[in-house]
This record gives sequence, structure tokens and C-alpha cells, in this order.
Amino acid sequence: MKKNVFVLMSSLVVLGTALAGCGGGQQAAEKPAAGGEQPAATPAAEAKPQVLKLNLHSEPPTADPGLAEDTTSGAIVRATFDGLTRTDESGHPANSAAESVEVSDDLMTYTFKLRDAKWSNGDPVTAKDFEFAWKRVLDPKTAANYAYQLYYIKNAEKANKGEAKLDDVGVKALDDKTLQVTLENPTPFFLELTSFYTYYPVNQKVVTADPKWAAEAKTHVGNGPFKMESWEHKNKLVLVKNENYWDKDVVKLEKIEFSMVEDENTELSMYENGEIDWAGAPLSALPTDAIPALKDSGKMTTQPIAGTYWYKFNVEKAPFNNVKIRKAFTYSIDRQSLIDNILQTGQLPATGAVPPSMELKSGGYFKDNDLETAKKLLEEGMKEEGLTKLPPITLSYNTSEGHKKIAEAIQDQWKKNLGIEVKLENKEWKVYLEDLHEGNFQIGRMGWLGDFNDPINFLELYKDKEGGNNDTNWENPKFKELLNQSALEKDPEKRKKILADAEAILMEDMPIAPIYFYTNSWVKKDEVKGVKVDGLGHVDYKWAYVE
Amino acid sequence: MIRYLGKRILFMIISLFLIITVTFFLMHSIPGGPFTSEKNVPDEIKKSLEAYYGIDKPIGEQYVDYLKRVITWDLGPSFSEKSSTVNDVINRGFPVSAHLGLQAIAIAITGGITLGVIAALRHNKWQDYSAMVIAVLGLSVPSFILAAFYQYFFAIKWGLFPIAKWETFEHTVLPSFALSALPMAFIARLTRSNMIEVLAQDYIKTAKAKGLNTIVITVKHAVRNALLPVITYLGPLTAGILTGTFVIERIFGVPGLGREFVLSITNRDYTVIMGTTVFYSIILIVMVLLVDIAYTIVDPRIKLSDAGKE
Repeated sequence: MKKNVFVLMSSLVVLGTALAGCGGGQQAAEKPAAGGEQPAATPAAEAKPQVLKLNLHSEPPTADPGLAEDTTSGAIVRATFDGLTRTDESGHPANSAAESVEVSDDLMTYTFKLRDAKWSNGDPVTAKDFEFAWKRVLDPKTAANYAYQLYYIKNAEKANKGEAKLDDVGVKALDDKTLQVTLENPTPFFLELTSFYTYYPVNQKVVTADPKWAAEAKTHVGNGPFKMESWEHKNKLVLVKNENYWDKDVVKLEKIEFSMVEDENTELSMYENGEIDWAGAPLSALPTDAIPALKDSGKMTTQPIAGTYWYKFNVEKAPFNNVKIRKAFTYSIDRQSLIDNILQTGQLPATGAVPPSMELKSGGYFKDNDLETAKKLLEEGMKEEGLTKLPPITLSYNTSEGHKKIAEAIQDQWKKNLGIEVKLENKEWKVYLEDLHEGNFQIGRMGWLGDFNDPINFLELYKDKEGGNNDTNWENPKFKELLNQSALEKDPEKRKKILADAEAILMEDMPIAPIYFYTNSWVKKDEVKGVKVDGLGHVDYKWAYVE
Repeated sequence: MIRYLGKRILFMIISLFLIITVTFFLMHSIPGGPFTSEKNVPDEIKKSLEAYYGIDKPIGEQYVDYLKRVITWDLGPSFSEKSSTVNDVINRGFPVSAHLGLQAIAIAITGGITLGVIAALRHNKWQDYSAMVIAVLGLSVPSFILAAFYQYFFAIKWGLFPIAKWETFEHTVLPSFALSALPMAFIARLTRSNMIEVLAQDYIKTAKAKGLNTIVITVKHAVRNALLPVITYLGPLTAGILTGTFVIERIFGVPGLGREFVLSITNRDYTVIMGTTVFYSIILIVMVLLVDIAYTIVDPRIKLSDAGKE
């Protein structure tokens, strides 16, 4: 008898705690609605200290612009370095470390005149630093993953592959202040590229003296608006204003303190408690469960970024060797309802491959949720293949709650709209990537985020069957030729037309089913102004201030 | 004793060698490598990366190289953290995890033994039930729920402690308590059941009959015997807690070693997988040895010698 009482009591207590836990969660989620007003209501001091407290999410893998290849490193590198050009407040590349640019008529030679500027340690920034930095990235010994970002420069690819000498690469410091760059092909978007971090300079003296210069705050030297004050690895990173920066009068912020908290719920709690000024993208993400409440409170900012979430078809495996069947599957997805009910963060339905910020044809290439055409195409496609019944179909994705929800919704739509049963399969990330790259899939999810603001970023993926990121085994000679043409075209309007034709072919053959264009969502304190998140999701704190 | 220790250390080295071998080959047999990525890079870059990290060599050669590295304790560069070596990763993370772990173990041992002893002394009374409810909760509530619960009440609602980060002593309090819940509950239950058994034995009755008071009986005679299983449990527990725990470190933003065990596998960060595994194994093996030595201190009847076994 006594034992029963004990069992009853302990289960009640456990149940009670569990319920209390649920209640706590709801309250936490509702809090921003009420608590959000508070910071604004506190009397504003005459001059707010110009300090920004942010969460970096995780330890930046590197602070070396030549080796950086991820968002976290990118944010730190962008704050502590300055490229020839820098994406300005309106989203266009403007001269930054360069004072002026001269472009030859054939768009093949760019001559940059540098500003008088200094490194954070007082050394002058010279054209030689740029030359050194780019050749260093291309040197196979540096083992820089993003070296291919420099392949637009003459002989860069060959040098990186060891087929040419580094001295043959088309970058040359004519004198301390003049940098001449020769390109492989006319590249109309080259000034976009020079604002990307792989094109940033490094201080030759510092880097040659100490190969581990970028690992600690003490030895880190940059030419950007901020410099590193301290870096407690995996815990805290502090940037302060760089008094040697050429445009220091524009920089209002005195200090940025980054904490490194990986848990998204903790991050949001810290924001709600006033310990940090910003939560969510672009450095981290908002917890999915908190998004509906944050959205309703009106505090959440959502901004489209240049990225496409798509399903890839393996065009060498039945039934997706048939273009009509591929189209039927693509057309019958109801993207808008997926976004409204599952994703809930204002993504845009994708009916083309290229995201809106670099759009080639507005309105896309097909209608979202076009059931009628889909059914007709499926019937025709099956007839063409002589099928009465489709073979078993598997949709693969990498293990993650988000991808699973999307896959389940689309599985359901296909079942309802086309009457097709699709099996779902998930795999661990790296196993999944390997399978996809090797063609062991029928339909697989993938996303692509642009590195710079040009459609070629997205179209190039499907140029070669063997290209490392194609995965679909699809190839089209016409498509290939159009892309080759676009590389030689100097007139931007004509080039856009060529690329639009290419995208049309891609959407006609449909080796991929575009699902949605990515967005970034975040919450921030009202007094934080001027933090610039560009169309690629890159964040720049140069113009940030606290009001 | 010396002979026994020598033999144990030899066995420790052999088991470490086996651990390294098995981990090394298992790790290389998982599909995908450190450079498998969403943005596939040209083959030439991949090759130069592989050459840079020395994973282009035949696997046997890599294995021998790695054994040499372990002996010199130079664990190589990390793949995902480009500016750090595995030694850096361990040197930075371990002190933090060990600090947090020691605090948690201190709480777990004192709290657990106290609860266990109280429960045993007041067997089947309300004190017993309350102590065991706490223990059941500690065992059954997952640490991430407990951590979120602490954060919500102690940090957000009452503002007593910071929510996360690792700076001052205040920052260490919540994670220490969250981390200690499970071992504390386990120790409490172990202590309780052993105490109940010990208290029913004849020599305790004798002590009572002699007129010794309860405190002396408990502390001097009962607890000592009841603690042997607790000590056994402490060995692996200490090794596990000192090297950090992923969930607690993640939720409280603690820059410890726990995350490396998990994330290195996701990233296929070969050198970090090996480094953390070897490091953990060393600590575990040493702890097990220490436990065996501790037995002799608590219970003089136990002698460390291999004479009996032969």
C-alpha cells in the first residue's frame, strides 16, 4: 500500500514538473510582446555608449580572410578588413581601400589606385599587400578552400592547380599605390567580387613573420573599421574601433562584444533579458518554435537573401529520366501553403532557379501549385515511358527537423495531388552529401547560397554533368554554350538576356524543382541602427550605431 | 604494490593502444570526409588540402604517423578550426570543463551522500520519500529540460544568476547544478540502498548495543562501508564529467571540451575525433586505477596485489 502511495506521489511530481516546464516555455515565447516595449521606455541617456553586444553563435574557424569560408568568420573578417571595394549602404560595391578604378574597354584589365591607408599596426597598406594576399590564397601550399573565388583572374586557376607559376597570375603591384589586375574573361561583376573577403589584403610583413598571426587578437592585423581587442576562444571576442582606418569618421561604434553561445533558445533568452542586442540571423537563427510568437509581436525583421532551396532530380534514374514526370512533380508542389503553414518565416515561393536579388525574369517560369498541367504531364510522361505504374520513389534529405517537415509536407502534397506514394529517407549530413555527389538518390534536397550578387552563381552549378555541385547528372549543350557566351559578353543588358535564356532552358528541362528562396529573420533592440545585412546575408557593422 | 602498479600501467598502455586503433579505423570507415561539403571544391583544391593535412597517404601510413604523434603528444592541426591545433583545442577546453566538472562532482557527492544517508536513516518515512523523489527527478528529467528550467527561474524570472556565458563565478553556478543532478541522484540511490543493507548488519546492532550515538554509528561505521559502490561509480563519472558534456555546455554557452566530442564527428574532423578520444581514454583509465587505490583507503581489508589471482 505504502509503495503505491509513493509511486503515485512521485509520478504526480514528475508530471507536475513536466507541465510547469511547458507553461514556462509558453511564457518565455510570449514575453517579447510585453517585454519588447521596455527598452524603449527607459529614459534615454544623453549619449548612449556606442557598444554593441552580439552573439557570434560559434567560434569563428579563422580570422584570416584568405582561409575564411563561412558566415561567422566572414562577419569578423569583414569588420576587421577592407577590400578594394566594399558593399555600401545601398547594396552596391563602392570604392573602399581603392580610391579609384580604371577599367579597360574590353573589361579585362582593372587598375586600382589605392588610398593612403594604414594597417591597424601602423604599417601603410600597399598594392603589394594585395598582390601578396591573392597569390597566397592561390598557392596550393596555403590549401585555401575558397581559392576558386579568384579563378576570374588570369592564370589563377592554373596556378592554383600547379599548372602555372604564381608569378604568371594576372595581379601586379605597379607601385605602392597601383594595383593592376588582368582577368581571364571580361567579368562585369568583378567589382562585386573585390568586396568579397577572399579578395581582401593581408599585411605581408605580419603574415610572413608569423604564420599563426590570425589565431590570436594580439597578432591579428587588419585594415578594416574595427580591430581585434581580445579573443577568448569559444567564449568571447571583442572588436574596438580602428583609429587607423581611412574612413574612421564614419565609424560611430566604439566597441562590439561578441559572445559565443551556440544554443538558439539561450540566445533568445539573453536577448529578452537585455544581455545582448540582437538575436537570430545572419550569425545565428531564431528557434523555430519561437518564430510564430515573435512574428505576431511584430518585432521580427525578415529579409530575403540570395539563396534557393531546391529538390534535385537524378535524371539518370527512372522515372526522372523523363522530363514530363520531373515537371509534374515540380508543378504539383504548393509552395505558398508550405511557406504559410510549415516554414512561417516569409520565404518566397521559387518558380525559377535564380533568387530575386539577381532576378532574370520576374514572375518565374511556371505557376506554383499548377495541378491541372501536372496531372496531364504525368499521364503523358508515363505513356512515353510505357509505364502504367511509377516505380518506387524515395525522397532523401539530410537529418534535420526543418528538412523533415518540408519533406513530409511535400510527400503529402504529391500523394493528394498526383496520387503518388513517395518514401522519405534521411541520412547524416556528410553521408548524405557523399551520396548526392555520387548520384545515389532519386530526389534529394539541397540549398545554395550565392557568394556574390550575380546569376552565374546559380546557373553555373548545372553547366557540367561532372561539375562538383551539379549532382543531377543533367547536361544541355545549349545551356552550356549560353553560359560560355555570357562570359564573353560585355554589354550588361545583352548578358542578362543570355543568362535569362539559359535559366529558361534549365526550367524547361527541370533537373531541379525550386521550392523557395531563403530569408533571414532576426529580432533586435530598437536603438540599434545601421547594421547592414546585404542581399547575400553578409553582415557589416561599419555603419552601425546605438541611438 | 609496486609490482601491481607496474602491471596495471602496462595494461593501461595496451588498452589505450587498442582504443586508438579501433577509433582510427572506425573513423575512416564512416562515409564522407572532412572536405565533403555542400559547396564542392575543385579536385585540385581538395588534393592540396588533403596533402596539407597528410590524409592523401595510404591509411596504414597515416595510422603509424598518428601513433607517433600520440607518443609525442602532438595531435596535429584541426580541420574545422583552421587556426588551431588539437592541442590548443584540448588545452583551452579542458580547464573550463574540468572547473565546471569539479564543482558539479562536489555538489553531487555532498548532496547525494547526504540525501542517501538521510533516506536510509529515516527508511520508509517522509524524509526517505522526499529524498527519493528528488533522486527520481534527477534521474528521469533530461539535463536540457533541467537546464532550461534553471535558466527560466533563476536567471530570467528572479535574475539571481546570468543566463549563459562563462566569465565570473556566478556564471558557473547554474551549469554546475544542472550538471550535478544526474550523478547526485544516482549517488543518493546507491548510498541509500547500501546504507539500508549495512544498517541491518550485526556489527551496527553491536555498536548500538554498546550505546554509541547515531552520529558516531553512521559516520564511523555505516557510511564507510556503504560508500564502496559509490567510489566504483565515481571513477567513470569523474572522467566523463571532467571532459565536459555537450548539452549543458551548449545551453549555457560554456567553452568546454564537451562540444568537440560531438561536433568533431559531424564535421569528420579526424584529428579532433582522435585527440578527444585519446584524451578521454587516458583520463578514464587513470580514474579507474585511482578508484582501485581508493578502495584500500576506505576498506583496509582490500589489498592491491596480484598474488591472489595467480
